[in-house]
Amino acid sequence: MGYKCIVLIKQVPDTKRITGDVMNDDGTVKRSALPAIFNPEDLNALETALEIKGQFRGRVTVLTMGLPGASAILRESLYRGADEAILITDPRCAASDTLATSYILSCAVKKLDYDIVLCGRQAIDGDTAQVGPQLAEKLAVTQITYVEELIELAGKTITAQRNIGNGSQQVKAKLPVLLTVVGDANEPRVAAARKMMKFKNARTPIEVEQEGKDENPDPNEADIKELAAHKCSKLEKRGLLIKQWDLDSVGADLNWCGAGGSPTKVHRIQSVVLAAKQSKDVEPSADGISDMIHELIEEKTIT
Amino acid sequence: MIEVNRKGEVWVFAEQHNGRLEDTPLELMSKARRLADTLGVELAAAVLGDKVKGLAAKLIQHGADKVYLVEHPLLGHYQTNSYAKVMYDLIHKYEPQIVLYGATITGRDLAPRIASAAKAGLTADCTDLQIGDHTTVKDKKLHKNLLFQIRPAFGGNIVATIINLDRWPQMATVREGVMPMPEPDAARKGKVIEETVKLAKQDLPLQLLAEHKRAKKVDLKAARIIVAGGAGVGSKDNFRLIWDLANCLGGAPAATRAAVDLGFIDHDHQVGQTGTTVRPSLYIAVGISGAIQHQAGMSQSQKIVAVNNDPDAPIFQVAHYKILGDLNVVVPLMIKTIREKGL
Repeated sequence: MGYKCIVLIKQVPDTKRITGDVMNDDGTVKRSALPAIFNPEDLNALETALEIKGQFRGRVTVLTMGLPGASAILRESLYRGADEAILITDPRCAASDTLATSYILSCAVKKLDYDIVLCGRQAIDGDTAQVGPQLAEKLAVTQITYVEELIELAGKTITAQRNIGNGSQQVKAKLPVLLTVVGDANEPRVAAARKMMKFKNARTPIEVEQEGKDENPDPNEADIKELAAHKCSKLEKRGLLIKQWDLDSVGADLNWCGAGGSPTKVHRIQSVVLAAKQSKDVEPSADGISDMIHELIEEKTIT
Repeated sequence: MIEVNRKGEVWVFAEQHNGRLEDTPLELMSKARRLADTLGVELAAAVLGDKVKGLAAKLIQHGADKVYLVEHPLLGHYQTNSYAKVMYDLIHKYEPQIVLYGATITGRDLAPRIASAAKAGLTADCTDLQIGDHTTVKDKKLHKNLLFQIRPAFGGNIVATIINLDRWPQMATVREGVMPMPEPDAARKGKVIEETVKLAKQDLPLQLLAEHKRAKKVDLKAARIIVAGGAGVGSKDNFRLIWDLANCLGGAPAATRAAVDLGFIDHDHQVGQTGTTVRPSLYIAVGISGAIQHQAGMSQSQKIVAVNNDPDAPIFQVAHYKILGDLNVVVPLMIKTIREKGL
C-alpha cells in the first residue's frame, strides 16, 4: 500500500546572492561564481512527498537533470528521507529549454512507476514555472499547479488546495497527478543526522570516476575505469550508489533534446543598466522639501 | 507545431472568469496591436467560456480586429485540459504566428500545457515584446520579423531577448501590470467568429470543490501616487509614517519584499519582482535601498522621490529627487509641508 511519489528537483545558482562580482563584462552571469543550492520550492515539493509517505507509507524517488555536481542535492534529499535518487546527466542535455527539459524528464519518469509526480512551482534561475505543466502534458496526467495544501488522499483520488493569487481553490482529481508546490505549502524538514551519517558517502558513478582521477595524478584510463567499477559495485552492495542515467538509458529521441530540441533561442542578453535620469539633490530641510513639493504641485504630479 | 508563416495573425488569449475579463489581456492589447500593425496582419482575441458573447465588443474596443468566440457549458470554469484542448485546436486551425497570454496564475498554468502539446516555444513572464530580425551565427541566415520576447532572468539581474526561429507559433506569457491599458474606442469595428467545439467528460479531469476569493487589501496598479517603505523604516510602528504620508497625498502605501518579510505590512502591498508591478505618476521610496528585484516593479514610475541615509543606495540611481537624510526627519517634514499647502 501507500503512494509512489516522484519528486523532480533542480540545482540552481543562488540568484539572491548576485552582486557585481559575479557578472561578466558582457553582462552575463558567471554561474560558477554563485553558490549552487537546492531550488527552494523543490524542497517544498520533497516535503509534501515525505509527508505523504509519513502518513500513508509508500516510496519517494527524487530525480534531477543536471551536471554531475547536482548529485549534491540528491544526497540532501536522501538525508531528508527520500528512498531513491536518480541523476540524469549527459552533455547532450546542455542548452535544453523548458520544452526539451520536460521531454527528457518525461522519458525518465515513464521508466518509473508512480502515483504522484511533484515539482516545485518554479526554479529561481529561470522563474518560468513551465516545466511542471509541460511534463504533465507529456505524461498525459492531470496537473494541479500552485498547490498550497494537500487536503486529502483517499484511495485513488487526491484533493488539493491551489493558491490562485487572489484567493484559493480546492480541486479533486483521480491519480496519477502532477503537482507543482508553492513555497507557502509547508516548512521543509532539515536533514536527519542518522541519515546523513548513512548517506554522506552515497555517490553517482560519475563522481566515483572523478574521485578516482583526483586521487591518481598520473591517470591510466583503463585502470581508473576498472577501479571505478569496483568501487561502484561496493557502494551498490551498501545501498550507496546513486543511479545515473544518460539520454540513451532513458530512451530519449535526440531530436527533442538539447539545443536542437529547443524551439526558444537567445537573441541577446543584456545586463540591467540602471537608467541614469535627470535628478536633483534635495536638502533634507523644510526649505528643500517645500521647494520639491512645490515643483511636484506645479507640474501636477501632486494634485 | 505549425510552420513558419508570415500571414498568421497575432492572438491574445482573453482570460475571463465568471464573465469578467482579466486586466492583463486587456493591457496586452495595446502592445499586441502594435505588433500586428508592424507585421501588417490582424489582431485577434480568443475568448473561451460559457455565455461570454458580451465580452467580444469590449475586446474589439480595446484593439482586436477579430474575436474567436468559443462558448460551451463545460467551459464555464477554467480547467487546464479543456482550455488547452480548445486553444490547441484553434491554433492548428488558424495558424496564428504569435499567441500571447497574461502571466497570471491561469496563463502560467495553461500556456505551457499548450506549448508542450504543440511542441512550440514559450517564453515566460515577458516585460516587453518587439518585432525584430535575427541572423543565426552558424549559417548567417537572416530571419526577419521575429517576435522578440524580452524578459528579466536570474532574479532580475539580466534581461534576455528570446526568439523562436522555426517552430511556431511564437508564444509568450506577459507579466501583469507592465503594459498600460489601452483606452477603449467605442467606434471600433471588428468581426466575431463563433467556433463550436466538442468536449467530453475526460477533458475535465478536475472537480472544482470550492473557491474562496479574497479581496485585495489595496489596488496598487490603480494608484496615482504610491508611498513605499523598505526595511530601513525599522519597525511596524514606524511604518505608520508611510501610511500617514500616503494618506495625506491620497496615495497607496506599499513596501519592499524585505519590509513585508519583516511583517511591517501585508503582502498585498508588495512592489517588485515577486509583488506588483506599478507605474504611478509619483513613487516615493522611503528607506528602500533599491535592490534590482524591487526596481523591476517600480522603475517605470513617472516621478521617483527617494529618501535614504545611504548615499550609495542604488535607489538614488533611478530617482528624480534624491533626499539624503534621516527618514524620521524627512517624512514628517513632507507631511507637514503637504498639509500646509492644504492639499
